[in-house]
Amino acid sequence: MLNLTREQLLNGAVVSTLLVLSALALFLDEPFYITLVTKVTILAMAGVGLNLALGLGGMVSFGHAAFFGIGGYVTGILASHALNEELLFTAFGFAVFGTTNMLFIWLFAVLISALAAALIGYFSLRTQGVYFIMITLAFAQMIYYFSIAWPAYGGEDGLSIYQRNQFFSINTLDPLSFFAICFSLLLAVIFLVSRLKNSHFGNALQAARQNEQRLAAVGIRPFGIKLTAFVISAMITALAGALFADLNRFVSPGMFSWHTSGEIMIFVLLGGVGRLFGPVIGAGLFILFEYYLGGVTEHWMLFLGVMLLTVVLFARGGIVGVLAGEVKHD
Amino acid sequence: MTTTLIFEQLLNGLQFSMMLFLMSAGLTLIFGVMGLINLAHGVLYMVGAFACALIAGISGSFWLGLIASLVVAAMAGAIIEVGVIRRLYQRDHLDQVLATYALILIFSEATRWLFGAFPLYLDVPELLSKPISLFGFFDYSSYRLFIILIGVLVAVGLYLLISKTRLGMQIRAGESDREMIAALGVDIRTLYTLVFALGAGLAGLAGALLGAIQSVEVGMGDSVLILAFVVVVIGGIGSIKGAFIGALLVGIVDTMGRFLLPYLLSLVLPAESAASIGGALSSVAIYLLMAVILVVKPKGLVPAHA
Amino acid sequence: MTDKILNIKNLVKTFGQLKATDDLSLDLYPNEIHAVIGPNGAGKSTLIKQICGEISADQGRIEFLGKDITHLDVVARARLGLGRTFQISSLAMEYSVLRNVMLAVQAVQGSSYSFFKSIGNDQVLRASAMESLKEVGLENRADVCAAKLSHGERRQLEIAVVLAQQPKAFLLDEPMAGMGAEGSKKLTGFLDTLRLRAPILMVEHDMDAVFSLADRISVLVYGKIIMTGSVAQVRNNALVREAYLGED
Repeated sequence: MLNLTREQLLNGAVVSTLLVLSALALFLDEPFYITLVTKVTILAMAGVGLNLALGLGGMVSFGHAAFFGIGGYVTGILASHALNEELLFTAFGFAVFGTTNMLFIWLFAVLISALAAALIGYFSLRTQGVYFIMITLAFAQMIYYFSIAWPAYGGEDGLSIYQRNQFFSINTLDPLSFFAICFSLLLAVIFLVSRLKNSHFGNALQAARQNEQRLAAVGIRPFGIKLTAFVISAMITALAGALFADLNRFVSPGMFSWHTSGEIMIFVLLGGVGRLFGPVIGAGLFILFEYYLGGVTEHWMLFLGVMLLTVVLFARGGIVGVLAGEVKHD
Repeated sequence: MTTTLIFEQLLNGLQFSMMLFLMSAGLTLIFGVMGLINLAHGVLYMVGAFACALIAGISGSFWLGLIASLVVAAMAGAIIEVGVIRRLYQRDHLDQVLATYALILIFSEATRWLFGAFPLYLDVPELLSKPISLFGFFDYSSYRLFIILIGVLVAVGLYLLISKTRLGMQIRAGESDREMIAALGVDIRTLYTLVFALGAGLAGLAGALLGAIQSVEVGMGDSVLILAFVVVVIGGIGSIKGAFIGALLVGIVDTMGRFLLPYLLSLVLPAESAASIGGALSSVAIYLLMAVILVVKPKGLVPAHA
Repeated sequence: MTDKILNIKNLVKTFGQLKATDDLSLDLYPNEIHAVIGPNGAGKSTLIKQICGEISADQGRIEFLGKDITHLDVVARARLGLGRTFQISSLAMEYSVLRNVMLAVQAVQGSSYSFFKSIGNDQVLRASAMESLKEVGLENRADVCAAKLSHGERRQLEIAVVLAQQPKAFLLDEPMAGMGAEGSKKLTGFLDTLRLRAPILMVEHDMDAVFSLADRISVLVYGKIIMTGSVAQVRNNALVREAYLGED
């Protein structure tokens, strides 16, 4: 017989819930609900990215909006160049006009954010504690204000993507197909993170969170381990940003704002810091609040605040912590 | 480009600096003494502005409003400290960030609920509504000069409070050794509430002062909060002196950057791109400044616990 | 001389007015146990930190295996084979005992950037970590969380971790501290055999352990080494009695 832990059962339940909800929405012919579940899926992915840095590596990044936004803007810029047939850049004699192929878009989004994260992480990881929180915030703010002030791609007004990007021959405009793409990517990313977590690298990373001095004393440089994790974490969040841009067919400087960083952090915390499926639960709860409470009262943020405060003060370990107990290392 | 214009921009920068100082003094004190990151500090700025607009509206006196902003924000601070913040001192930074972020959501929405989404207006007091002639060669807003004066007075007052009074001695002791101060018989809970209320009051005062030249609305504290954090981090967390230096740096670099960069670039670039590139660069200038300072001095310019 | 494992020459470290390390020279030969003793505040911790690279010396030179390591950081020195334990146990407290040791084994293997190799199924990793645990007698506690260990067990675990590092020299910062009579006796016996693997430089307060283990003893007072000699020489030295032993 399968011997599953409570956390594994919970994870299974989360995956099933998302699938059942989308199936139900299809059955009831309510495409809007599929879009909602898609949104949960994408935001969860952003949280899974942050959770790698925050939960496993102990890096409290208050600037992950930077990577979410970079993913979004790469999508918007590539698509708008392709649609307007404007030259983006020339490299090695090739004129690049942008692309509407999701695979290329994801590739670019992930690579460019990796570069940005390497740079931001390289400087930020020299600092510790509050200084780290604030310097990551500062870098994200830098990009935020830059995106507002730079007029080429819409400035403050943002940038529309007039047509959803392509993924092979799938009709990406069909909500269910787009959901399937996002959902598969989320599962792939979670699988990747779970492998990382239990790998030699993950062992060093989680040790870096607990005791950097110990890690250094055995001869593993915490800086390199943390920087690598920070970059991978940013890449995942950027992929989510790219999907989010395609979902809304619109990107705006708001993706870079510190409230976005705060929200991604909320997904992680509500679900449970360091828990594999924590961000999925967190993002789900967040959207549930936004749409259901938002339908009842326009002041739903007040109740979100109260819930968040309650979880921080009284339910340490988030929802997964409450339902499945403390983290266990083997 | 005239000398007068440069001089005027410098004074604007100074006024901005003093407002930032009022915000960051409390922030840095709260971090230095209690080890707490308080994102809800911007909310107290907003509370002060609303209190001032409300009381000034009812009584017709800006000055009563200003006093109300101090009192109401300090009281709100004390209530938050006793109700929530107190439970966070022993927690890690992540919990503090999220709990105080939750407080932002709660206070902003509650204010929107009470006052609606439209901004309130607060007029500059009659006494300070006319520009004043400086050195006989140019006119400058007397209200902005008043803000500069308040900033300087608060800086001097805080310096005296911390270096000369019994409360200041306890605050300094609290920064260096929490157990010792408890052993000395200081009621640490009351001290923490007092420090928090003091910081809150100063934030509220800043909100009220600025409310008269900007609009009083929900979310007004957000951008100020982030700037105040930049100031605190540049200055060195926990150091009032650092906050003062940081505020001067940030206020002047930001104001002069917005003013000078487009102009300087227009000397070498076509006008349109000079304006857009200059605008983009100047809006990130202070964050660049902060990043550079932290890379060179990871604990800020005046590390408090050196 | 090239057969010195560790060779410290004219080390100086000042904090403000205080000379914590004052023109200090010290060495370590193969297979020996060299103990550093001294009253509180003599600068023993500062010395250890300079040797392992936690703080940098103001002046002087540290050679390890004939290489100048003065300007290397903690990690680089550890990789060269300087294995240290901490005065106050420093472990990954959420990890099991075994996993703490596995960390040291993967450091030696250089596999910390293996992203997909699972540590759970890595039999080689587990087996070599288990080996070190057996040596210190913690093999039955392998799956216990480090936070749940007793004080003495944590000290044992620190030793197991440093064994797994297969160092070329051991740097032990008060290994006997808080071990209790029984524990100290066991550990003394163990360290006596350990010197065959690599020489040991230890700072220690427990005089029984020092006198029974050390080949050479250096006496540190106010940042200066006032003498280095055999157990008998140190016991009989008037200066030492006055400066240190007399105080007890």
